[in-house]
Amino acid sequence: MATMGMRNAIGNTSFWVFGGGLAIMFLVPLVWTTVASVSPHGATAQQEGYGFGNYGTLMDYDAGLPRYLWNSSYVTILTVVFVLALSILGGYAFARFRFPGRDVLFLLIIAILMVPYVTVLVPLWVMFGEIGLRNSLLGVAIVLTLYQLPFGMFMMRISFEAVPKELEESALVDGCGTFGVLTRIMLRAVWPGMITVGLFAFLFAWNDFIAPLFLISDSSQFPLPLAIATLRQQTMGAIDFGATQAGVVVMALPCLILFVLLQRHYVRGFMSGALKG
Amino acid sequence: MASQPVLERDQIAPPAPRPHKRPWYRSRAAKGALYASPAALFVLAFFVIPLVLVGQMSASEWPLIQGNQGINLPDNYANMTDDRLFWPAVWFTIKYTVIVVVLLLGLAMAMALLVQRRRRGVGLLRTAYFLPVSLGLASAALLFWGFYSPSIGPIDPILESLGLIDEPIRWLGTPNMALASTVFLIVWKFAGFFMLILLVGLQAIPGEVYEAARVDGASRVQTFFRVTLPLLRPSIALCLIISVTGSLLAFDQFFILTNGGPDNSTVTVVMLLYRKAFRQFDLGTAAALSIVILVVLLIINIAQFRLLRRGSEG
Repeated sequence: MATMGMRNAIGNTSFWVFGGGLAIMFLVPLVWTTVASVSPHGATAQQEGYGFGNYGTLMDYDAGLPRYLWNSSYVTILTVVFVLALSILGGYAFARFRFPGRDVLFLLIIAILMVPYVTVLVPLWVMFGEIGLRNSLLGVAIVLTLYQLPFGMFMMRISFEAVPKELEESALVDGCGTFGVLTRIMLRAVWPGMITVGLFAFLFAWNDFIAPLFLISDSSQFPLPLAIATLRQQTMGAIDFGATQAGVVVMALPCLILFVLLQRHYVRGFMSGALKG
Repeated sequence: MASQPVLERDQIAPPAPRPHKRPWYRSRAAKGALYASPAALFVLAFFVIPLVLVGQMSASEWPLIQGNQGINLPDNYANMTDDRLFWPAVWFTIKYTVIVVVLLLGLAMAMALLVQRRRRGVGLLRTAYFLPVSLGLASAALLFWGFYSPSIGPIDPILESLGLIDEPIRWLGTPNMALASTVFLIVWKFAGFFMLILLVGLQAIPGEVYEAARVDGASRVQTFFRVTLPLLRPSIALCLIISVTGSLLAFDQFFILTNGGPDNSTVTVVMLLYRKAFRQFDLGTAAALSIVILVVLLIINIAQFRLLRRGSEG
């Protein structure tokens, strides 16, 4: 018995040394950027002592932090709304109806995942120029929606498929149309799937860098990641490291908060097998 | 044959009143198509048409500002390799992919095994490993850009105060250091993501399987290689597909951390494409390059899907 206890103790200790060491490695950069954003550095607005000077620099940089926060929020809201609208209607159609072209359409949507981002961005740059969506956050939201659609559609389809048919049939007997069934009955049953899809769309849109880099050249239209990346390389020699880290904190905070609050819903995205498609 | 009983019934019973025939647009199929139509139109406009257009662009002379100057097939494809950075970029992207995939999946597997069993504190470890995943790649790259900088980076001062180094390490200053530093960023950012996929796979393995292995007297190492790994093959193949695709398309991390430097040693294929389009203003060649990337990825992914399918059969 004593040796068993010893072995457990050794196992426990090595578990905590190895596991804890790794945890520290993952946490250190996050802690560092938070501290660095309020620490004094040379050649930044925060010269002495701790304070929010770097955030002040960020407030006034070019079009101003509020503008960039708005740009990012706008793109993110549009993307989440588009993805949810398309995948709720589409998921309902795929799960409950048979119609010509159904399987082809679903395969086509999944096939989006196989096509690299840049292969679509190059022609979209040309197309958007002709229909006035270049330099527009709506154009960026459209690209982001396209790339969240495979996951959203898959997730909503299996969510609708999991709802028992009886629930729907009783409502149909009561004289509800198919749209009434969707809005009054089905949405209440599939809301966990909707939160997962919305969360993935939020994180993707809030953080994306490539789509605005390709499509937006007017700096007042930049979302946050592009604005912060431009801020740091603005003037040769005068790189503002402090303001950059303040920007990283501003970008990371909503993601970390949402993630901690909605962890369960995030993990569902993996459990669903949606990523195994 | 099949119509025979129906005829008989018609002869015996008076014909049933025909159900009121619905117009086609009231049918259930039409309603389904109607619900799917927003997604169908969206995919047609912003996916199918762009794919056709990129095909046309790749076959045309297409300067950024002037636009379409007519077909020049096969110049864009033939001239692609003229860029002196083409082969170095291809080679670098492959090298980067191999290093990232091996390190990333190795660490993710170790982490998944470490936290797979419920015990006190394990939830905290899982959350810590997973926090970087919620950050954006661009945010993470900007974070590490400061972390590695000689001005505010925290590592050099610590090492110096311990007397381990005399002068600051140039974390992004040499080709090899720039590659290693970027790989560290990517492993930090994505290990938790792949850990989660593997964890889901591990927890789907029934406990009886391990019990049977234990009864047969298999050691822990034997159990891992003979039982766990084969059963985990679909999850591993999935991790492989995602990490290989992601690494071959690497862009943000190098664009922000090194901008291809030092001396163009960290230019990836996608960065080459970006420069072709927006630095050299040659959309035709950029389109041709993007088609080549698409085809190569398709081939690689089909090969990996085969692996996945064989895994789930065996």
